[in-house]
Amino acid sequence: MRPLRRDASLETNPMSQQTTTNKATDSGPVVFRPEALAEYHEILTHYPESRAALGTVLWLAQREFGWISPAVEQYISELMGLPRAWVEGVVSFYSMYHRRPVGRSHIQVCTNLSCYLRGAEDIYGAVSKRLDIEAGETTADGKFSLERVECLGSCGTAPMLQLNDQFHENLTVEQVLDLLGKLERGEKL
Amino acid sequence: MQEKVLLRYRDLSVDLKMIDNYIESGGYSTARRVFSEIAPEKVIEMVKESNLRGRGGAGFPTGLKWTFLAKNTGKPNYLLCNADESEPGTFKDRAIIENDPHQLLEGMMISAHAIGCTNAYIYIRGEFAYGAEVLKRAIAEACEKGFLGNDVFGLGRELNIHVHRGAGAYICGEETGLIESLEGKRAHPRIKPPFPAVYGVFGCPTIVNNVETLACVKHIVERGPAWFKAIGPETGPGPKLYGVSGHVRNPGVFELPMGTSLREIIEVHAGGMREGRQLKAVIPGGSSVPILRADEIDIAMDFDSVAKAGSMLGSAGIIVMDDSTDMVAALRRVSHFYHHESCGQCTPCREGTGWLEKIVTALDEGRGTEEDLRKLDNVAKGMLGTTICVLSDAAAMPVRSFLDKFGEEFRAAVRRSAGAAAA
Repeated sequence: MRPLRRDASLETNPMSQQTTTNKATDSGPVVFRPEALAEYHEILTHYPESRAALGTVLWLAQREFGWISPAVEQYISELMGLPRAWVEGVVSFYSMYHRRPVGRSHIQVCTNLSCYLRGAEDIYGAVSKRLDIEAGETTADGKFSLERVECLGSCGTAPMLQLNDQFHENLTVEQVLDLLGKLERGEKL
Repeated sequence: MQEKVLLRYRDLSVDLKMIDNYIESGGYSTARRVFSEIAPEKVIEMVKESNLRGRGGAGFPTGLKWTFLAKNTGKPNYLLCNADESEPGTFKDRAIIENDPHQLLEGMMISAHAIGCTNAYIYIRGEFAYGAEVLKRAIAEACEKGFLGNDVFGLGRELNIHVHRGAGAYICGEETGLIESLEGKRAHPRIKPPFPAVYGVFGCPTIVNNVETLACVKHIVERGPAWFKAIGPETGPGPKLYGVSGHVRNPGVFELPMGTSLREIIEVHAGGMREGRQLKAVIPGGSSVPILRADEIDIAMDFDSVAKAGSMLGSAGIIVMDDSTDMVAALRRVSHFYHHESCGQCTPCREGTGWLEKIVTALDEGRGTEEDLRKLDNVAKGMLGTTICVLSDAAAMPVRSFLDKFGEEFRAAVRRSAGAAAA
């Protein structure tokens, strides 16, 4: 298969999750910055009813606050005029909204069938061993978290993992260890 | 070498993501012609005439689906592009989205014209963050050129296309699950009828079409239904994207005529088996469809032929397994997936997917019994046709077919467990 022509300007920064200005903590105020609030109002214009914007607004909240804490759910529910239970119901249904903080490098290894056939367990094992964490865990320094995920639509370039928003495909164990080394040293990917 | 249509980007040296390159190579001329000269009924007629069948998995005739749209409701009609591509083994729509997004937008514009829609959405799975950005930029470019927005091609017509990013849930690929999700809810599929064409998103008449289907619409209108019908079997023709993954030398997406033989796809296009390995099994249409043995691959990969062979073309995500594959372990992956993705609404699926995974895991871990094999088949049987959507069937079909085609491996797993227990 010919490699895809990927456009760097459209790639999201793998480190973007750490550049948030308003981390959700139990004590700090949870409120959108004016820029984010402007984005929120723009998002509402895409839909004939405001509730339909909820999924997109949760993405915005996750970008701003790092994860969807109970305080963030409360804020979104008040902002959008939706019951808190409704917001939590939606957050908990979808696997990509973080209900607890994740590492700055959130590593998601696909272990579904096509990746499994091409060595996904070796990839998962290498990451787990190197970071000394299992799926669902975050390293003590908050730098890395690890997850097993289901098919990411990258079966022709298996095995693969997703690092924050970025796909890393056609992986070997050596390449994965190299990637982790670069992340540990804070080098550009 | 056959001319590539859907994957034209591979034959061109220019980047088709850039709208100027796309226009330069003939892009948007068909949408312009459709908006200025062709009546909506005529477009629907062309799509019906072409015998295009939906590329998402079910293979329902697209033109017929469009004619089900409720008329004179006083409500707006919506077009939703299903870009939730999540069936394990499927990665074809991503090739279009990431490399030739304007092809999809042009197909959507033509389809929106046909069904009288002024606001359309592309529901893209959350993990395709890059694809979502590609689409957003393509839409912004098309708006800037005046191809989308409030004055399409200067004709005073309105059409907006929005990108809506999902957040990780397989069930959003089911069209009513997608609709619920787009409305800001948990993606629980709806009971049908009413079908979306009558009562869809926001309670309005809605058409949900797959990415590849909408791309096909552009080419049907551009080159004519006769051209489309001449490619492959007349009852479901056209260029088709086949995704091949697993134990082949050259995995990837291949554009071939509908009905190309499965053997040719695997042995010629995907390069055949890895060195020293023999073919053992093939799942022809995404992980939910019944599995085929190595001696069953001399079939044409079109909707009717694969159905006749006892499986389904589905999403044409072809998963190839060689003789190194442990079928019990492979099924365990599949059963884990459907358990993870059951939305929990219907009891047979919520409980059944859990039981399937539990039993297959026991077999794989050497704790299985004869009774487990009977239970497995029994639970799977009870999950067929008993729920609101087909996720339950999607979980049950692979189990029943693995047992049917590779039962000896499951019985061997039981014997090993018994042997270990006795020792």
